Amino acid sequence: MNLLREPAPRKDPAVDARLNHFTSPAAPAVTSEPVVSLRDFTRRFGDNTIISGLNLQIAAGEFVILLGRSGSGKTTLLRTLAGLDPVEGQDVTIPGSRAVVFQDARLLPWKKVWRNVALGLKRGNARQLAEEALQEVGLGHRLEAWPLTLSGGEAQRVALARALVREPQLLLLDEPFAALDALTRLRMHELVLSLWRRHRPAVLMVTHDVDEAIALADRIVLLDGGKIVAQERITASRGPERATVAAPLRKRLLDALGGLVEERPAGEIVALHAGARP
Amino acid sequence: MSPFTRLARSLGSARWLSPLLLLAVLEAGSRSGLIPERTLAAPSQVLATLWAMTVSGELTDNLAVSFLRIIAGLAIGVTTGIVLALVAGLSRQGEVAVDPLMQIKRTIPTLALTPLFIVWFGIGETPKIALIAFASIFPVYLNLYGGIRGIDVRLLEGARSLGLSRAAQVWHVILPGALPALLVGLRYSLSVSVLVLVVAEQINATAGLGYLINNARDFMRTDIILVCLMVYAVLGLAADGLVRAVESRALVWRPSIVSQ
Repeated sequence: MNLLREPAPRKDPAVDARLNHFTSPAAPAVTSEPVVSLRDFTRRFGDNTIISGLNLQIAAGEFVILLGRSGSGKTTLLRTLAGLDPVEGQDVTIPGSRAVVFQDARLLPWKKVWRNVALGLKRGNARQLAEEALQEVGLGHRLEAWPLTLSGGEAQRVALARALVREPQLLLLDEPFAALDALTRLRMHELVLSLWRRHRPAVLMVTHDVDEAIALADRIVLLDGGKIVAQERITASRGPERATVAAPLRKRLLDALGGLVEERPAGEIVALHAGARP
Repeated sequence: MSPFTRLARSLGSARWLSPLLLLAVLEAGSRSGLIPERTLAAPSQVLATLWAMTVSGELTDNLAVSFLRIIAGLAIGVTTGIVLALVAGLSRQGEVAVDPLMQIKRTIPTLALTPLFIVWFGIGETPKIALIAFASIFPVYLNLYGGIRGIDVRLLEGARSLGLSRAAQVWHVILPGALPALLVGLRYSLSVSVLVLVVAEQINATAGLGYLINNARDFMRTDIILVCLMVYAVLGLAADGLVRAVESRALVWRPSIVSQ
């Protein structure tokens, strides 16, 4: 199973070996101790079973994208990993330091931007840490701004800074760019990737955008009806190389989703994304 | 456009014009004897009385007495209202214990308690302050309680996801989020307290605005009655202005104020 983590040798491009396609819902083995581990996880609300018998492990520093339709249980799973829902009697391991970026930035409107970032930081140099984090996301000039004066993209960048200033082992992103326009979203992809490379948290990002998933993920986990129905590991490096594997991957993901995700010209977002990278 | 039509147009949109006209009519009526002084004093005489009462200290002394009653009553009432709202708003058991009592209290008109308070507290300062306190509890309670319960759960969840303790959530999220509602409640409480003051001071008072009015009634001094009514109006305006000033400082983050 180590093969899953190493790029396989290139063979016939028709059977692209850089993609290890496995439809088995079994959790892939990971070499190091995983930061997240769920075994046979089930979540019910009354008689409604949202997630049943789910196994998931995330390695340290791994970028996992959870893809699925509305109502597939993505957000429920993310809330569990965020520690927002109770998990009594379940085999769930999550790291102590976590941070979440939600679709709506959820900044406290009565605190200036830097105080939002520093919220809950116990260390004495909270202001300095917040400043550094805001500079990292390119908002060093808006420290004293009120959150309600920020644009949607700026608010999401503040939310990212607020998450990363805690140096979390696990960064959870709940459709963080769904409300942004296409261009801003591409910029945010760049930003998330560069922050991830610098800080190396394990990332679990929820999205319903197949192209976003392909552009960002180490591994794509497809959730449907509360079960993992497919997983794709992408070992092609992000950028132009990934654009070449995007089309078949995209087709497979859409097939697995039952074609219910909106169809777009193949590779459009991926190509844009690749072009934007140096 | 002639100067005359320009003047007519600017007068046509002047909101101060009709009150001034009313005053002028009253003054003319008094001077011509159409309005007897025991019915309504002339505006000029009211102003003269206001000046005389201010200079002699009669007005300021009595105003100070009334003012202290309002301050004491409000301090007790608003504090009680805030504490009860925090208890009911922040815990389920607190809500079960406090809210039914407050709803019962709401159905009793405060002024109807006046006889009971006189029996309990006599006719000194205590029943007056108690009435004001009792009346000003509810607006603060209801608004703050509603404000706490109306906090955006997504913001609370966001704070929780960052690992904030319950106490930190209350301090950073719930209380600042409920502050606008508290200020609305405070504004209601202030105006209610002036209203209750008027009635409370008619209980055998020996000082205060109500005492001045009662005294003036006995001597048919309509000018003094009008002066006191003016002071009541100014008190109401001042209270409103005070809360507005607090709001514009405490709620600077609000977009309507931010964008100015």
